[in-house]
Amino acid sequence: MTSLPKERGAKRLGLVIDLDICVGCHACAVACKEWNSGGHAAPLTDFQPYGANPDGVWFNRVHSFEVTELAQLTNTVHFPRSCLHCETPACVEVCPTGASFKRAEDGIVLVAEDLCIGCKLCSWACPYGAREYDANEGVMKKCTLCIDRIYNENLDAAERVPACVSCCPVSARHFGDLGDPDSDVSRRVAERDHHDLMPELGYEPTNKYLMPRPRHNRITYPGTSEDPIPVIDPDESGSMLHPFLRWVDRMLGD
Amino acid sequence: MHPALSVIVFTVSSGIGYGMLFWLAFNAWGGWDPAPETVPWAADRALGIAAFGLAFTTIVIGLLSSTLHLGHPERAWRAFSQWRSSWLSREGVLAIATFVPTGLFATGWVMFESVDGWWMFAGIVGAGLCLATVFCTAMIYASLKPVPAWNTQQVPLLYLLFSLGSGGLWLAALGHVFGAPPSLGDEWIPVVLVLAVAIKLLYWHWIDGGRTDGRRFFSRPHFPGVYSAIGVPSVEVRPLDEPHTQQNYLMREMGFVVARRHARKLRAIALGLWVLPVGVSFFLASEGTLVTVAALAGALTMTIGLLIERWLFFAEAKHTVMLYYRDPATR
Repeated sequence: MTSLPKERGAKRLGLVIDLDICVGCHACAVACKEWNSGGHAAPLTDFQPYGANPDGVWFNRVHSFEVTELAQLTNTVHFPRSCLHCETPACVEVCPTGASFKRAEDGIVLVAEDLCIGCKLCSWACPYGAREYDANEGVMKKCTLCIDRIYNENLDAAERVPACVSCCPVSARHFGDLGDPDSDVSRRVAERDHHDLMPELGYEPTNKYLMPRPRHNRITYPGTSEDPIPVIDPDESGSMLHPFLRWVDRMLGD
Repeated sequence: MHPALSVIVFTVSSGIGYGMLFWLAFNAWGGWDPAPETVPWAADRALGIAAFGLAFTTIVIGLLSSTLHLGHPERAWRAFSQWRSSWLSREGVLAIATFVPTGLFATGWVMFESVDGWWMFAGIVGAGLCLATVFCTAMIYASLKPVPAWNTQQVPLLYLLFSLGSGGLWLAALGHVFGAPPSLGDEWIPVVLVLAVAIKLLYWHWIDGGRTDGRRFFSRPHFPGVYSAIGVPSVEVRPLDEPHTQQNYLMREMGFVVARRHARKLRAIALGLWVLPVGVSFFLASEGTLVTVAALAGALTMTIGLLIERWLFFAEAKHTVMLYYRDPATR
């Protein structure tokens, strides 16, 4: 049934991704690919995986952006992009067959692959590019929030989180119930600046992205003098030195 | 968006067929007598076979084209189940439902040479379903908020006008071939065609409107920018490293650029091809070999122009997911 569930439980399982911490190592994307190549949505077909033009289905893609803030400060922001398990997902509503659905009990958006006709319309309806077509299987595939891990009683309790969360080496990804205001993930969101992605489209994403914290170690660049910026080195002579010279300075100092 | 041949053929070809069926019913309702020399009313069986034959053939070609490009065509019947939420499902249901009354109407016309009573009723119901089917086809695209160029009422309006215009031209051309007198519909076709081309010009102007810096789609505020796509407050966002080294499904499906580069030329070609059909539509009431040949040629160039228009409809539409990638135009 691709109409959205009328009776929704309070549970809203999702991810909280900390853009302040993410180092863009792609470990989440690789762990996701590895788990899901053998999991619920398997196989995640690859074409020419070792050839000149590798191509394949991934549920998680890590983009890196150069973000210039108002004060002309430029930061690198690593941005893992995956299904946001929206509260009102258009990808579900456009599905003509009932293959796409949102679970009433926990809000996870899934594809029943044996019902999918491979019309690709859901991938057009998703503004975030969360769905990828498996040309070999002829069906659409997407993040399952590792539904075969999070409820899997054969795994240790600590491992019952999505593969991307369990493997993140810097703990930039967190999994939990965003419908419960007292959950660990909800508290993280409450404590930090966060924004929904493309909120103007009205799909109410469940996953939350925590914004990069304001930078403290700021370097002045020519032409940005209007920003009264504290400099890196409190020692005024070393403030604008080349990092290598600063290191030499520190080694030789005192 | 990737302009797949299957959806271009689907929308153009089925549009012509539904337009023809609409005008067949409309003209019969308006008292059109294709063979006035025979008394009483005779629908002219040959014209009926040709017109209904062409209409049903183009519809079936369109529907088959859209079905065969599915990943699993053998499961296509499942697409009739979700009409409550999905425009694609509604289109499928109506496309099949339309065959019943239009088939009855065709049977009355061709087999019994009658468009009276229940045959006419079937024709009117069929004409309504034809319009509803084309409307649903357009709404498949117009309902997609991530594709701002489609998310407008202009899209269903244009699909309906082009379906009626092209179908009407083909029917009028066949009418001339079979020596039928002018119909009520012939008076409306120039109005429909002029409106269609004028609104298409407005549409092209509208989608060109906000494309100023290549990273925003439109100047209208509710269209997302890259800042909204990643949520980070900023004045400038530049993709630094992409997640993959080669093109993936998303970039091929949503990041098509070939036709966009030639958009101006292709628009001019489509407009050029529409000069003849729009011109000839004003002379459909006249008789003579010249008008017949011009009407046939006009219907043909209208169709070729529509194939280009539909190609551009897909190729020029940008999808929000490409905000996450470097602008393909500058790649």
